[in-house]
Amino acid sequence: MTYPVRVFFVGGLLSYRALFTWLTPWILIPTFLVAPIFQILLFAYIGRSANLQSDEFYVVGNALQYTSLPCLFAMANMLGDERWSQTLGILLSSPASRLALFLGRSLPVILNGALVGAFGFVAGSLILDVHVPASAFAPLALVILVTAVSCTGLGLVNGAIGLRVRESAVSSNILFGFLLVMCGVNVPLDELPGWMEAISSVLPLTHGIEAARELADGASLGDVSGLVATELGIGVVWAVIGCSLLRFLEVEARRRATLESS
Amino acid sequence: MRTARLLVLGWLLQLKVMMRSAFNGVLSVVWPMFFATTAFFMYRAGRDEATLVYASLGASVMGIWSATSTSASSVLQRERRHGTLELLAAAPANFAYILIPISVAMSTIGLYSMIATLLWGRFVFGIELHLVHPLLFVLAVPVTIASVGALGFLLSVACVRYRSAWALGNALEYPVWLICGFLVPLALLPNWVGPISWVLAPTFGVRAIREAALGGTPVADLLACAGLGVAYFGAGILLADHVLRLARKSAALQLS
Repeated sequence: MTYPVRVFFVGGLLSYRALFTWLTPWILIPTFLVAPIFQILLFAYIGRSANLQSDEFYVVGNALQYTSLPCLFAMANMLGDERWSQTLGILLSSPASRLALFLGRSLPVILNGALVGAFGFVAGSLILDVHVPASAFAPLALVILVTAVSCTGLGLVNGAIGLRVRESAVSSNILFGFLLVMCGVNVPLDELPGWMEAISSVLPLTHGIEAARELADGASLGDVSGLVATELGIGVVWAVIGCSLLRFLEVEARRRATLESS
Repeated sequence: MRTARLLVLGWLLQLKVMMRSAFNGVLSVVWPMFFATTAFFMYRAGRDEATLVYASLGASVMGIWSATSTSASSVLQRERRHGTLELLAAAPANFAYILIPISVAMSTIGLYSMIATLLWGRFVFGIELHLVHPLLFVLAVPVTIASVGALGFLLSVACVRYRSAWALGNALEYPVWLICGFLVPLALLPNWVGPISWVLAPTFGVRAIREAALGGTPVADLLACAGLGVAYFGAGILLADHVLRLARKSAALQLS
């Protein structure tokens, strides 16, 4: 295994296991399993009260939106926790490829996000009696995975903010809430003001949710391939921005000697 | 008199500490606004002005619970991390009277969120609110804050042995919003949810605030909210005493 590949896979996995402190069942169950179900129920019932959309709309929207939770928090926590462990300086003074270092850390997070989204979708569908054609299961799994990739791209940007801002939990929560409002999770995009719709088109989730809703309504993977490709493309762009920002803020922190104090 | 001084000064001090924290100060205001905004868009899309006002009042109370649930459940863990838990436990004052102002200060922070949500609804979504019983409305808000703070206090004591209690508090955020009828009429929920909502003070708090604002008979709800708050305080004081004795006996205050 070549050195950067080893940093990518082994380093990424070790970092996830060591630093993402949410892997204990005491956090994992309430955060990744209980909370998404109640978010789905909350908005499904608001939807019923407002006579807006079917339960399926809210199950798909909120389950996919929950893929972003681990993607945003894990990427920020893993860098922030390096600081708490006093290993951030050592990590960033190592000669390891930054691309392998940071992208490797994102791989387990993507899988985590996809599993949370899939669980929310299955549990929400069972509780609210939402029926999805069996032929849509595999394409939906793919869309959830692509959405997790795309949200992890934004997560990299959030991780970079963690190099500058100590309270990364605040930025993670704000980004999570921002996606909730902007991406058509619970409100059809055409009901949002034009400027919000415009912003939503460059955010992760928006196209993934749209693709998943079409698949749940019986469309084929071919029908939504454009949406899936757009979602992936948006994720790649955010990942590039995130990696560039990480590099920039690392250099800035070295220059100003603010790595530990920021 | 000394107890009253402890409670008031403790509350003021904790309020000042929390207002300096980005997590407690900023996020407590901003976080419920995302949900309130989503709910406003949903109700507005439903083209029913009456439900929009109903949602606006419920959404404004969401922040009080949000500010309390996550933070209060991890109060003891926070003191443990600060290294002040032993000092608090060893202080001559009753341990419960030290914890109560902390959780009530947390719910008080929710007042910011309440005001911000009402202003957000007014100026961004054009939701106009004319208070039918302004005095009862003004009375219902602190009673709800105190009762939610009492629930937070009970939660903090109940979670003493749970290292990651913040996760439990976090997970309780949505269920309470849903079960207590903050945004959805309780009549829409399954019947079995009713009895659960009756033992939760926020149910009556939000109903009292709504009825005081929109017209109705808020006094009974106000009394129920206050009564449940007193019951939480009582149960929490007994539990705190028991928990502290156990922790001292097994020398597990720091490790529990």
